[in-house]
Amino acid sequence: MLAFLARRLFLAIPSLLGLMILCFVLLRVVPSDPSAALAGDNATPQQIAEIRAKFGFDRPLHEQFFLYMKQVLSGDLGVSVHSNRPVVADIGQRLPATLELTFVALFLAAAIGIPLGTVAAVAHNSPIDHLVRLFTIGGLAVASFWLAIMLQLWLAMDLDLLPLRGRMAVALGSPPTVTGSYVIDSLVAARWDQFVSALRHIVMPATVLAIPAIATIARFTRSGVLETMQKDFVTYETAAGYRRGRLIRIFVLRNSVATAVTQIGLLFGGLISSAVAVEAIFDWPGIGSYAVYAILGQDYKAVLAVTLFVGVVYAIVNVLVDMVHAALDPRVAEQL
Amino acid sequence: MLVLRKFLRDIPAAIGLAVVLFAVFVAIFADQLAPDPIGAMESNILERLQPPSDLHPFGTDHLGRDLLSRVILGTRDALKVSLVTVAGAILIGVPLGLIAGYRRGFISEAIMRLTDVMLAVPQLVLALALAQLLKPSLETAMMALTFTYWPFFARTVYAESRRLRASTFIEALEGIGVGPARIVFFHILPNAAAPIIVRATIGMGFIILTAALLGFLGMGATPPEPDWGLAVAESRQFLPEAWWFATFPGLAIFFAVLGFNLLGDGVRDIVDPRLRRSR
Amino acid sequence: MSVQHTPPILSVEGLRISLKGDEGRAEVLDRIDVTVPQGRIVGVVGESGCGKSTLIKAILRILPKNARIDSGAIIFEGEDLASLSEREMSRRIRGGGIGFIPQDPYLALNPVFRIGTQLGEILRWHAPPQFKADPRGRLVDLFRAVQLPDPEGALDRYPHQFSGGQRQRILIAAALACQPRLIVADEPTTALDVTTQQEILRLLRDLVAELGVSMLFVSHDFGVVSQLCDDISVIYAGQTAESGPTQRVLHDPRHPYTRMLIDCHPDRTDSLVGIPGTVPSPVRPPAGCRFAPRCPLAIDACRTVLPEPTRLAEGRRVVCWRHADPLPELELA
Repeated sequence: MLAFLARRLFLAIPSLLGLMILCFVLLRVVPSDPSAALAGDNATPQQIAEIRAKFGFDRPLHEQFFLYMKQVLSGDLGVSVHSNRPVVADIGQRLPATLELTFVALFLAAAIGIPLGTVAAVAHNSPIDHLVRLFTIGGLAVASFWLAIMLQLWLAMDLDLLPLRGRMAVALGSPPTVTGSYVIDSLVAARWDQFVSALRHIVMPATVLAIPAIATIARFTRSGVLETMQKDFVTYETAAGYRRGRLIRIFVLRNSVATAVTQIGLLFGGLISSAVAVEAIFDWPGIGSYAVYAILGQDYKAVLAVTLFVGVVYAIVNVLVDMVHAALDPRVAEQL
Repeated sequence: MLVLRKFLRDIPAAIGLAVVLFAVFVAIFADQLAPDPIGAMESNILERLQPPSDLHPFGTDHLGRDLLSRVILGTRDALKVSLVTVAGAILIGVPLGLIAGYRRGFISEAIMRLTDVMLAVPQLVLALALAQLLKPSLETAMMALTFTYWPFFARTVYAESRRLRASTFIEALEGIGVGPARIVFFHILPNAAAPIIVRATIGMGFIILTAALLGFLGMGATPPEPDWGLAVAESRQFLPEAWWFATFPGLAIFFAVLGFNLLGDGVRDIVDPRLRRSR
Repeated sequence: MSVQHTPPILSVEGLRISLKGDEGRAEVLDRIDVTVPQGRIVGVVGESGCGKSTLIKAILRILPKNARIDSGAIIFEGEDLASLSEREMSRRIRGGGIGFIPQDPYLALNPVFRIGTQLGEILRWHAPPQFKADPRGRLVDLFRAVQLPDPEGALDRYPHQFSGGQRQRILIAAALACQPRLIVADEPTTALDVTTQQEILRLLRDLVAELGVSMLFVSHDFGVVSQLCDDISVIYAGQTAESGPTQRVLHDPRHPYTRMLIDCHPDRTDSLVGIPGTVPSPVRPPAGCRFAPRCPLAIDACRTVLPEPTRLAEGRRVVCWRHADPLPELELA
């Protein structure tokens, strides 16, 4: 298993390198004279020349790239025009919020999606099956940003059941940081009021984020289970005396979720895309909203830093997904 | 014809086809179908934020424009963007995928590495990164989306191309001296057509959604265009009173994407029964 | 039925099963009778498509959804299995009362679970109390009994790490795990090469003798059946042709089908021609005896009514109007 992990990580390197090149190209090449852009509108030619020398814009492109790579690897992703802090610091500060949201959404997706897909498959062609299928297609067709606004309209503005935005009621402050998750940290600090507030605030954004994920997971679990049920070993296991409940929950499911697991990588990408809109709408202080504000504020460095960061995370997630896949299906671990 | 009948027996797919045809119809005849095509683009402050009524079935927006007309006109934009994007992505991605799949060696590797890199980042983030370097407009959105979507086609075609390359009938063709260009265009491409069509149909739905998101974020269509995503963005500050303003454009997005998704599934089922997801 | 001092462990009586398909109802089994006396190995022989797999599925109640038992009974230890609920089948019969050896060792085992886990699952629900305390120990003993190399290590390995013959041994061990009274085997040697086949047959023979378990062995291969089985039942197109002690039936067949099959066997003749004609489709089967269209002895009665089984000496039975008549010299051209 360790060898498999090593091989997978090794294979990810070219893609990450390529991603860095891409970001570098976007950073340097597109704004045609970055030194002028950095210097500002009223800079004198001398100031522009100074900046050019300082940042090395007058050096050949490949040298600039190595400089860039060095910076990236040492954690220097530039300074945000907006906040005047290193982008890395900005990302670091906002990361926990996005992580919390994403994890809750993923958890919901798996906890609801897998049983839903299984039940639909086992009750093949029944009304429940049709309902689930309707949901799996509809769930992917709905625009997250629109759903977010609709839910806000209904649950927050109309019915006043849930808070409109943010992570926590402003008056309550925030719990002392242990994990970065408000929900967990408030429990750890034994602050019941904070805990409830955190939960109430996370419900809508996490649900909106989770819906396409639930749809995807349910869909692939369903087809995976349907496919597995046709297999000979299921007939054999029934004949040999396996109990039906366990047969499906344990022995069929592990064979079926392999497809769903490989989709999680894709899912994660979708999650990130949705997170951008959801965070912006619910005012969730995470990386998604950071990206939006950076874009609107033309903060190039921030946007590309986020892109690079997301790319790395995505690559890591894909490696993890492969590991899980190998754990579920031992035949995979011996491939590659 | 047999194919069409088989297709129609699949109810979700038939519904998808109906929805898509309806959307295309609306897009083509938008000017005729919209009750007030002129008023849809001009401000009429006296009528602003009117709830749905006989005169304005979908109500009016913050500038007094008839929302139903704007939604209808928006259909044209939405379909245009997704069609152009998918076409562009095919024009770039398919040839690259064919080349990468058919040839071996450096070029093939380079193309596939590039594809991997671009697929390494979720499409939206990449599209945003690109779009923000240019001025926001519908054209910018199309370019950014095309640029980020071609890798999907390249990868699909690459897989098919690779698979076919190893097959005996291609070897036979090479053996009798058929040139690579002919092989690729007349033998490999037709076989890869099926996955391309499936991916294109599903892609249309996906692009409509992403384009709407770009419009919502202000990176795509700009006022006064009747873009659905833009309309939802504009509606925000007038909620909860003007609920119709946010609801109807969003529903339009939903049904359009739903139609393409259902259609795409149906197309996939007839075109490639091997890949058939268990129904 | 022969007079026995103990009742047979399994008695299939007049079983009719049909399957609903696109082309209509297929009468897959028509009045099948099979008897497995205690402690004996009974073979059910027939060509592909004759319905023998359906018979096994009926006994274990794993028939597909579109199948229906039209009439007849499957009496196991005095109980009609057809009257039991799915729950009772799952709890008492499958695994515990009746063990199953499947046909294809490459497809029967679950690829993503260790062997120990899979067989352990059977033990968990059906093992007699004395084995529940140490399931691993029981499995290791079983693996030794089926001559699987490295029994302890095998428990932690995955199916793809074993050869076909080894997997078949594992499946045999699984069938025996809970000390069932009857084993139902669906031509378990078909997917194996000839040498391995012989080893497995020998193994089965020894195990049955040692454990005193009864076995129903289904196959298309007369050679295999003649080596292993005490009694056989010959099936043609879903109908019983004849049955009785193996050696008697094979050396002195009474049903025209059996006679012609034996005569066609490569050991008996140089001609490579088989019986002229083809097996009828179960969707629109001929009335009466289904072999009549191909039978040189067929008379009008054969084409209208299937006779009741005729009892012959030595526990033999035959279903034929003309069983007493000699077969004409067969021109197998």
